[in-house]
Amino acid sequence: MNWKTAATAMALTLLASTSVVRADGVLNIYNWGNYTSPDVIKKFEQKYNVKVTITDYDSNDTALAKVRQGGTGFDIAVPSQTFVPIWIKEGLLLETDPGKMENFKNVAPEWANPEFDPGRKYSVPWAWGTIGVVVNTDAYKGPADSWGIIFNTPDELKGKVNVVPEMNDVIFAAIKYLGGQQCTDDKAILKKVRDTLVAAKPNWIAMEYNTIEKMGAGDFKATSDWNGSALRQRLANPAIHYNYPKEGFGLWSDNVVVLKEAKNVENAKLFQNFIMDPENAAGLSAFHRYANAITGSEKYMPADMKDAPEVVIPADAKPRGEFQRMCAPEVQDIYTKIWTELQK
Amino acid sequence: MAKFSIKHQPGFTAIATTCFVVLYMPIVVLVVYAFNAATSTSEWGGFSLKWFQSAWQNTQVIDATLLSFQIGSVAAVLATIAATMAALATTRTAPYRGLTFKYAAINQPLMVPEIVTGVALLIFFSRVKIFTGYSGLGYLIAAHTAFCIPFAYLPIRARLENMDLTLERAAADLYATPWQTFRRVTLPLLWPGILAGLMLAFVISLDDVVITEFVKSGGQDTLPTYMLGQIRRGITPEINAISTAFLLLSVAIVTLFFFVSRKQD
Amino acid sequence: MATAEQVAKEAEQSDVRARWLLSAPALLIILVAATGPLLIVLVYSFLTPGPYGDVKWQFSPEAWVSVFMERDIFDDTLSLAAAHITIFWRSIKLAVVTTIATLALGFPTAYFMATRSEKTRDIWLFLITIPFWTNLLIRTFAVLQIIRNEGIINTLLIKAGIVSAPVQILFTDTAILVGMAYVYLPLMVLPIYASMEKLDFRLVEAGYDLYANRFQVLRRIIFPLVKPGVIAGSILVFIPAIGAYVTPVVLGGGKNMMLSNLIELQFGQGRNWPLGSALSIAVMIIVMVALLAYVRNAGRTEVRHG
Repeated sequence: MNWKTAATAMALTLLASTSVVRADGVLNIYNWGNYTSPDVIKKFEQKYNVKVTITDYDSNDTALAKVRQGGTGFDIAVPSQTFVPIWIKEGLLLETDPGKMENFKNVAPEWANPEFDPGRKYSVPWAWGTIGVVVNTDAYKGPADSWGIIFNTPDELKGKVNVVPEMNDVIFAAIKYLGGQQCTDDKAILKKVRDTLVAAKPNWIAMEYNTIEKMGAGDFKATSDWNGSALRQRLANPAIHYNYPKEGFGLWSDNVVVLKEAKNVENAKLFQNFIMDPENAAGLSAFHRYANAITGSEKYMPADMKDAPEVVIPADAKPRGEFQRMCAPEVQDIYTKIWTELQK
Repeated sequence: MAKFSIKHQPGFTAIATTCFVVLYMPIVVLVVYAFNAATSTSEWGGFSLKWFQSAWQNTQVIDATLLSFQIGSVAAVLATIAATMAALATTRTAPYRGLTFKYAAINQPLMVPEIVTGVALLIFFSRVKIFTGYSGLGYLIAAHTAFCIPFAYLPIRARLENMDLTLERAAADLYATPWQTFRRVTLPLLWPGILAGLMLAFVISLDDVVITEFVKSGGQDTLPTYMLGQIRRGITPEINAISTAFLLLSVAIVTLFFFVSRKQD
Repeated sequence: MATAEQVAKEAEQSDVRARWLLSAPALLIILVAATGPLLIVLVYSFLTPGPYGDVKWQFSPEAWVSVFMERDIFDDTLSLAAAHITIFWRSIKLAVVTTIATLALGFPTAYFMATRSEKTRDIWLFLITIPFWTNLLIRTFAVLQIIRNEGIINTLLIKAGIVSAPVQILFTDTAILVGMAYVYLPLMVLPIYASMEKLDFRLVEAGYDLYANRFQVLRRIIFPLVKPGVIAGSILVFIPAIGAYVTPVVLGGGKNMMLSNLIELQFGQGRNWPLGSALSIAVMIIVMVALLAYVRNAGRTEVRHG
């Protein structure tokens, strides 16, 4: 093969891979991966004749770091509730006042005025859920509604437990398990947290995110996880159960915000309003498998989600749920040290 | 032994064969599972083309794959050209001032964990993006070219160092201009090194996750960053399907050009 | 009037000038898109962490202190940063073993390729690269598929009656090593192949004529001749292996941190960018020193052989 043919091959590959896009308007969405329903996006594109691009991120920290540096070209992002106050405080968000938008009337009352964005000046609910314990009941039949599955693993599950390596979630759970308050700076409790984690680790097989597939295949028999992920696991294998730990569990929500540096502000606002429509909200849920905060979306929800125990929190568990907050930097610093100690 | 072959080394062929088998095993698995009817990537649910169909309709994954190849080919070509020139400038010479500096500078992108270059580029390119208002593919291509250069440089340099100088001297003696000497003598001799460098650079660019994650702007997901975003919520066999399709396509292109170039010979 | 000496000097100067021009594009791209921005990291390593990531523009040596020393979270005593040292050591060990494994596999493979007929060599070259046209994440997941408990290897072992229960390979150090060797193999094979491809087999023949055995020929003739390729390959494997990120996490289960996970933690969930920066520069210095020692040492033995 000589250089001419090689060059031609390269040129052809290049040519074949160049695509041209045409639309009246554009909207650039920056969201978690595999989280945005293509059907709902298609509907939005057709309705407003807008070309939507979706770019993925895989952590709140990466998203914040990128947007804070600026120049990203994104119009919309979907940070979690712990991060929304930081985005607001750092002046990264445009005050679009979703509270005054046409479809805002659909937002469920308990989501209309959240602590992380009082009066919904910036954000629109995208999805919300819980973090609990998932157990394969074929492997373990005992009581599983406790963080003890993770932190004091029963013999049947030793060497088969996975922990999703989300530092703040894991330490939140450990504090709850030990009877403390989230973001505590009580060194006595934090020391117990560290000792508990370090002692529990030998019973874990892995610390990774890829739970749906590995619980399904049987690599893991139990894991800490998000509820929507647990739902998908149960649909694949009915023996897999999601549990709301009795010591308390974390609540979270992801929220659609418009960036201050957005170039397509009008389209972004249209999008915020668009997803507060019950049918569209249900469309999003059907894809990402989490609850939305829109009243009236129930009747459009897929049948397997309508009263799924993972999506609808049972009445007796509800009071134990607690919204996770962002801890003070000093506390966060201790968390990082505990985490390094745990994973060294 | 019937015939004594000077090229034979005991066990080498066995190791090489094992290597090739092992190299292709995961690829075979990948291709087989692309035709899996089950949703999970871990169990076999019968033969089906549904993942090809669903990948074909998933514009996000198609765009990401195309972008990967686009950036990979441009960055690999640029990096190989720059690396070839640099290799010519830094080999077969008495030490001169700045030679060690050049050597260190060219290899520098290798020495830093990707995350660090990623963060540094994020900070730097963001300023440039805001200042110029341009947020196109140029940044990704520049970043990829930079970290591909050492990968292209090392095999080319290794080839040059082993190269015989006499032919080039002979050419010069026959009044060939430096360019003619380069074009007719050096380049053909250097070609295997350049090809190896180009391949390496291309592969390295296709693999990059972390730097791309930090440098990309809106609508600039490559296949690896797209997959990174997916890991949390589960990867579907769509990825297998799209990789299989592109694997077959690249093999087809390579084979085609191979035969065309043979005919020319 | 120019003396011969002056002419020679001028020629040499113009040669050096031409060489700078030739290397300019590579240096420029690297300066703009790799090395230059690293100065930011150097500066950041001497600043104070911002409350939610990034930095405050306030001088502080704290980050550098915590690279080497750690203040106990609970009793405030200062001691050597055992956690960091453990993680550094794990990464270096893995990189060394990976380099040795890829060399052991890659050298014979490159030799095999280089000894094919001239016509078919390009085919072999493409054959070895084709698996790598699919990206690293996909390849790593394919390896996972093979070694997991329900994977091909375990299924075959059980069917053959060699074991009764699946062997746990996934999430072990073996899994990481297998994955690393798999992923980095072409980085070893290609440079060795490039320098072996033009190996002059008359020298090998001469060796045999002088009654050398196969091993002696390999060690005394072939190996020294392709040494630049071996050096290049080792560097290309060793350094990226130190910073490996995806493979250890996917195949090792992410229970134990590697260097780049530690650094990533500081830039991500840990929100201590100065410490992340200081750790990166520390890694860079270690790698650079190791590399210089290696190249210098390799160069010296070459002279001795020559």
